[in-house]
Amino acid sequence: MRAAALEALLTEKGLVSPEFIDSIVAAYVNDIGPMNGAKVVARAWVDREYRQRLLADGTAAIAELGFGGPEGEHMVVVENTPEVHNVVVCTLCSCYPWPVLGLPPNWYKSPPYRARMVREPRNVLAEMGLDLPESVRIQVWDSSAEIRYLVLPERPRGTDGMSQEELAALVTRDAMIGVARP
Amino acid sequence: MRGPSALPRDNGELVFAAPWEGRVLAMAIGVVQSLDLAWDEFRRRLIAEIAANSGRPYYECWLAALERLAIELGALRPEELGELSSSAGRSG
Repeated sequence: MRAAALEALLTEKGLVSPEFIDSIVAAYVNDIGPMNGAKVVARAWVDREYRQRLLADGTAAIAELGFGGPEGEHMVVVENTPEVHNVVVCTLCSCYPWPVLGLPPNWYKSPPYRARMVREPRNVLAEMGLDLPESVRIQVWDSSAEIRYLVLPERPRGTDGMSQEELAALVTRDAMIGVARP
Repeated sequence: MRGPSALPRDNGELVFAAPWEGRVLAMAIGVVQSLDLAWDEFRRRLIAEIAANSGRPYYECWLAALERLAIELGALRPEELGELSSSAGRSG
């Protein structure tokens, strides 16, 4: 197996160790994922000043909650409103904000999603189950090596009494990519 | 970590389709750290691999990009990868 052969070589050279690899894999499987982004969104829903910091400097505001690392260096948070819906794609490859969303789902990496979301976002969103009224403008953000986008969804109606934890449970990965609403 | 906020898996998709995929991801992170590189050194090679092989499975692109990075920065010699290097060298 090619991956195993490469791991053996890199281990022999002292560039990686089996323990290091185990720990990274465990972190991505267990600790790094959309639940981190959900905490960011929920905080922004309840804390107006945090929300302003988040929109002004996403990387710094996300780091306040302890999230950062590879693929999280240049975060821009885009805010949904009643008039504008944001959705994120990476046309070049699969740029994706790992610290807050984990690793990208398979469909995000697929050539059809990458090509079509830019050309016909309304159709693609409808196919994914999100029918937006014609009055809502759709803004597509193309992630790049320079910038990673995270969508700040609108806080759902009827959630006034909820705690930050309860709110975080409403926020899905897809809502933070912009292909769903919470 | 388990519970409502636990896993990317809770969204209905496994993070890694096979164990080797996770190990390739971790290897890339480890090599970039060990060589004290910017993550972009890896990422631009990944972009090139994906662009050159649009139908190739995603983590196979990672593997090829990592091999290429290791060779281009002198961390591995092509002959050490043996026949693997010919497949890595073919793309892009």
